[in-house]
Amino acid sequence: MNAITTLQAPALERFIARARGDVSVLRGDLPTRAVEAWHYTSLRDVAKVPFEDAPDADFEAARALIDAHFPADLNMARAVFVNGRFTPDLSTGLEAFDIAAFSPGSGAMARPERDAIAGINAALAQDGLTLRVPQDVDAGRLALISVDVGQGRFSTHPRHRIVLEDGAALSLLDLNFGSGAYLSNPVFEIVVGDRARLTHAKVQDEDCEAFHLALVYADVATRGLYDSFTLTMGAALSRHEVHAGLLGGHATVHVNAAQLLDGDRHADLTSVITHGNPDCVSRQTVKNVLLDTSHGVFQGKIYVDRIAQKTDGYQMNQALLLSDRAQIDSKPELEIYADDVRCSHGATVGALDEEQLFYLQSRGIPRDDARAMLVRAFLTDAIALIEDEGMHTLLDAAVDAWWARRS
Amino acid sequence: MTMTDFLTVTNLRARIDDNGTPKEILRGLDLEIPPGEVHAIMGPNGSGKSTLSYVLSGREEYEVTEGSVRFKGQDLLALEPDERAALGVFLAFQAPVELPGVNNANFLRTAVNAVRRARGEAELDAVGFLKAVRAETKRLHMSDEMLKRQVNVGFSGGEKKRNEVLQMRMLAPSLAILDETDSGLDIDALRIVADGVNSLRGPDFSALVITHHQRLLDYIHPDRVHVMAQGRIIHSGGPEVAHELEAKGYARYLQAAA
Repeated sequence: MNAITTLQAPALERFIARARGDVSVLRGDLPTRAVEAWHYTSLRDVAKVPFEDAPDADFEAARALIDAHFPADLNMARAVFVNGRFTPDLSTGLEAFDIAAFSPGSGAMARPERDAIAGINAALAQDGLTLRVPQDVDAGRLALISVDVGQGRFSTHPRHRIVLEDGAALSLLDLNFGSGAYLSNPVFEIVVGDRARLTHAKVQDEDCEAFHLALVYADVATRGLYDSFTLTMGAALSRHEVHAGLLGGHATVHVNAAQLLDGDRHADLTSVITHGNPDCVSRQTVKNVLLDTSHGVFQGKIYVDRIAQKTDGYQMNQALLLSDRAQIDSKPELEIYADDVRCSHGATVGALDEEQLFYLQSRGIPRDDARAMLVRAFLTDAIALIEDEGMHTLLDAAVDAWWARRS
Repeated sequence: MTMTDFLTVTNLRARIDDNGTPKEILRGLDLEIPPGEVHAIMGPNGSGKSTLSYVLSGREEYEVTEGSVRFKGQDLLALEPDERAALGVFLAFQAPVELPGVNNANFLRTAVNAVRRARGEAELDAVGFLKAVRAETKRLHMSDEMLKRQVNVGFSGGEKKRNEVLQMRMLAPSLAILDETDSGLDIDALRIVADGVNSLRGPDFSALVITHHQRLLDYIHPDRVHVMAQGRIIHSGGPEVAHELEAKGYARYLQAAA
């Protein structure tokens, strides 16, 4: 494909020059839309930019951004990364956590040889959260805050490794925001042990000129739970890609999300959930609220291995189009090799219901407030899926702030 | 025609888009409701009764082509539905709309405070609202549990009507329009709707009760009864008109109007 060569430079050349890690993982090209997994999301605009190393952190700017995004009354430990670097001065409450120094070679789950985005991260990652929750310990809540701030075109590539030993529990609030025309490229490698429970609530609210390409690899052992929710509101172009493996019997994975897009934003939620063992459960509800000329993408694959009998899989993608020019691409995919499974999927696309709007207005509620209420109602059942109820209020507030900001 | 400066509908014509062709439903309707009176409109199916209620409350699909509606000295047709509600218009729906994901108490508080704000009254805080709503639910024999549910979702027919009456009482309208609120109601629910209207009766409250049957009017005694057919009021009279209709049907009025 000649299209591949157009994506080769100059971003990739610059990544190779900057790489401190294994450059061999960068010897591919950025995928074009000819590659099936990238059919709906074009990396053309990313490929054009020779992203530089991140500038030194401007603490005051970072602090101001954190104050604007992180509720002051939130009593939660926080690990702050500014421009991809752990920043102890802005972090608090980490004494209670088992955090190790970052080691560049620790990425075992990401498959850089297969995935260009993982490859960029593997070659350029310099820091990340390496957290272990010991056996049977409930570590409570932790906010992982990633702030990118600075002039020029730069990129950050943190790699986070989170291991929950058997019976451990953690509730992680993963906040991403910044200021500038940067590329944020985080990779998570997550291991959830037997009976362990991880909540992973992510809010992506990057600058409207920024790119955000995230990869999450999560392996879940017997009776473990990976309960994730991703709220996407920001960046010019973003993708949140999850590879979840159900590696023990009776394990559960939730890959739920909401994408709220205005302007010309493009956001992509891609997931591959692999049922590798019997009696596992996967749940996926992805809601899109699309305004203006925004573009939402959902690609969800459920792969059921031959031995994964009694698999229970559910996948739903819904889009609320609030403009004639907004667009959703939805590609659910089931690949099933076991014969005794229950898998269902569905997709809906629609506008706000005029009858509901009129009902609210007839009760004195102005039209824009009525629209806001119905959009919130559309998102309510998705947010309610997070098992850590403390996260609901936070996400509700983020949704309210988004609506207030765009109107 | 006397100008009471409350509700005056003059030569109202309205149409709806019927698969690309405009269909005229209201064809020169005149109606006058003075303050403090309850009027009933009766008429056969398709006479335009529901359309009248939608046009008065501001539903977008209906296009007014002629005529005027004055309410409290204002051009009602120029106002948005929420502005009409703030001015005192309340429509009790024939089929109350379900709002999945919207909490009933939040909905009600948002509505009450929107209306209070527009009327220049102080908004109710959480405690004040709860106190006010508890008094009303008690009166309507509603359980508090109904406030925690999603608006009208999974409500029985009777529960939906109770919820409409609750909204009506909380929003304190000066003109309530009941659009065949009695359809499909058992006698207990009928009484609740009627009590809701009767409890508000007074010099500052008027109602327009749209109904197909005499039954509701056994509980809400109207000051005047209007017969509607083919988009117009073809006869008006006292409460006795409802009894005549029940006994003899519409044929007599329809012939006289033809």
